Amino acid sequence: MPPMAEIQNYTMNFGPQHPAAHGVLRLVLEMDGEVIQKADPHIGLLHRATEKLAESKPFNQSIGYMDRLDYVSMMCNEHGYVLAIEKLLGIEAPERAQYIRVMFDEITRILNHLMWLGAHGLDIGAMTMFLYCFREREDLMDCYEAVSGTRMHATYYRPGGVYRDLPEVMPKYQESKFRSKKEVDRLNASREGSLLDFIEAFTDKFPACVDEYETLLTDNRIWKQRTVNIAVVSPERAMQLGFSGPMLRGSGVEWDLRKKQPYEVYDRLDFDIPVGVHGDCYDRYLVRVEEMRQSNRIIRQCIKWLRENPGPVMIDDRKVVAPTRVEMKDDMESLIHHFKLFTEGYCVPEGEAYAAIEHPKGEFGVYLVSDGANKPYRVKIRAPGFVHLSAMSEMVEGHMLADVVAVIGTQDIVFGEVDR
Amino acid sequence: MSAILEAWNALPPTVQYVSTVTFKIGLVTIGVILTVAFSTYFERKVIGSMQSRVGPNRVGPMGLGQPFADVIKLLVKEIVVPAESNRFLFVIAPLLSLIPALAAWAVIPLDDTFVIADINAGLLYVLALTSVGVYGVILAGWATNSKYAFLGAMRSAAQIVAYEIAMGFALVGVLMAAGSLNLGDIVRAQEGGVWNWFLIWLFPLFVVYWISGVAETNRAPFDVAEGESEIVAGFHVEYSGVAFAIFFLAEYANMVLISALTAIFFLGGWASPFEGLTFLAFIGEIPGIGWIYNGGFPWLFLKIAFFMYTFFWMRATFPRYRYDQIMRLGWKVFIPVTIVWIAVEAVLAWFKIGPWAA
Repeated sequence: MPPMAEIQNYTMNFGPQHPAAHGVLRLVLEMDGEVIQKADPHIGLLHRATEKLAESKPFNQSIGYMDRLDYVSMMCNEHGYVLAIEKLLGIEAPERAQYIRVMFDEITRILNHLMWLGAHGLDIGAMTMFLYCFREREDLMDCYEAVSGTRMHATYYRPGGVYRDLPEVMPKYQESKFRSKKEVDRLNASREGSLLDFIEAFTDKFPACVDEYETLLTDNRIWKQRTVNIAVVSPERAMQLGFSGPMLRGSGVEWDLRKKQPYEVYDRLDFDIPVGVHGDCYDRYLVRVEEMRQSNRIIRQCIKWLRENPGPVMIDDRKVVAPTRVEMKDDMESLIHHFKLFTEGYCVPEGEAYAAIEHPKGEFGVYLVSDGANKPYRVKIRAPGFVHLSAMSEMVEGHMLADVVAVIGTQDIVFGEVDR
Repeated sequence: MSAILEAWNALPPTVQYVSTVTFKIGLVTIGVILTVAFSTYFERKVIGSMQSRVGPNRVGPMGLGQPFADVIKLLVKEIVVPAESNRFLFVIAPLLSLIPALAAWAVIPLDDTFVIADINAGLLYVLALTSVGVYGVILAGWATNSKYAFLGAMRSAAQIVAYEIAMGFALVGVLMAAGSLNLGDIVRAQEGGVWNWFLIWLFPLFVVYWISGVAETNRAPFDVAEGESEIVAGFHVEYSGVAFAIFFLAEYANMVLISALTAIFFLGGWASPFEGLTFLAFIGEIPGIGWIYNGGFPWLFLKIAFFMYTFFWMRATFPRYRYDQIMRLGWKVFIPVTIVWIAVEAVLAWFKIGPWAA
């Protein structure tokens, strides 16, 4: 008898230079025709040793590194780190700062989910989604810019509060060769008042924008064919795998740190947690879309509170918080405080602390160990994306090549935090 | 003037014929290529406005020079031939996809009189040439010797086979209604008014033909053969410079072709939609406008433009199908629909109902 022909699966190198690799994901796919047998994610191409770097710097100088972890939800990363320091120092931010943090956490959540929705849509071929999402993202980026001076890496949250109070004026567009007077007026229409006015105007129009996204996708037959029953994860399995955030809620587990372990002022705010039923890509899509609407609700509540309650946004402790410029001009002690804070930093009592927040992608935790010096002894970052990515093989097994792209999208992976 | 005419008449008939046809071929080819060039501009503008952005507006007035800038850029770029590829097939593949796309225009009647080759088997010729076009894609994917390109080629091959059948069956319906394979006669069978267009009685076939046409040209939402986010660029992943430009040209020439064919088969080709509306007949008397009003090439052009717009509209709106879902749609939905409607049409024709009453 002649030997049977040997049928061999072939491997395919998906990424790191692939339009759907969301940065630098490298997947080694073992394929049987178009069907995936096994997916082997290779990570580390964006490793920047954030944890190690943080060990070599005073506590307050690593906040900027946190922005660069998950570079589409910057302030949320800062929040986790800042909370951990505050826990070790035993301080708490003033109430107004807590509201500002919550408001910007939710702005960041919308930022992140818009980026996710755009990229997920683009991966599945709905390229208009991407541009629609970026249209709204632009306004939120302007909020970042107004409050911190930068559009992405804000470094706005500080141990003991936030860097400064919300500005009373918004930066405006100027007429140029490329922008006519009419266009500039249109763009500046919502920028005439304070930042809070601007954010409020955004929250007024945003639900209609979400409706617009949903018109394009939610009942779209092709969208449903591409996402329903793709990468189903049962609630039990999702918990075993360590999922968190929308990935866990999409599987039907009602778990949200904002409700279960409220930090800052979340226990005083009124919002719902959307939960999926089937645990497939479509449910995770619905969960995230609904989260954007809920974030919008939270932001509105924060705006209302912030309008009515002026107050300090930093604690008044010169050993942790830098003095103002004005104080430094004629007060020797303030100058010394400033110098000490920005060279040596502050010593943190010996001990360890874990602070976790509900990051747009899941549970983002920072575990700090201090040996009493001005630098952390060890920083461990618990990034949600890393956990989700490790379930990649399980989620794509038996699906087709095109579904890999859908799964990468649904996991909402950002390599800044996976590789750290 | 008369001297030129005399010289022309003095030429032997064969020479006269050959030069006339060559002139026509040149006219149509240049026309098609210009249409392709500006349809890329049109596409970017249309999709741009759908996505609330401006589209090209830097080269020339309103960005109208953009197609030429793109062409020049692609012409001066290096053609990189991958080391492990089959050089001959790699180079020949783009031509194999462009030539059928242009050659099919030979039988397309642009108005009542202008057609390069008025052959009786026009419809068969078109079917044959549109299927040949896929060899370019398959060979490109094979010759590149890359897994991405190979996947694209395989997807494309399977897809074309599935949709070719649906398309063929849809055309059987047209053939039955028109009683001719000659494209000019098919249009003439629809003359006399909008209610005579095959669009109405063959509506399911029109839908199937149009969607199959979109699938046949590998356009969104059926663009799995070059699915940007899955297999990067599919069969033309390794092509650059002119070789890529030719693939690009072929794709758009095919789109224009499919638009023209749909207009001819179902929308009365060059026929004016106001035909048969006797109370509007006075417009036809007005000099200047009358020529357009009475039907002719402008109407065909408008119909082509409309279908091109639909191509772009779909691309801006729909997510991409997965490969197996495309197969399911082709085999399990379109082919049964066409077969059923052919049967319905046969019954209608047998009992002399509707357009077959006369």
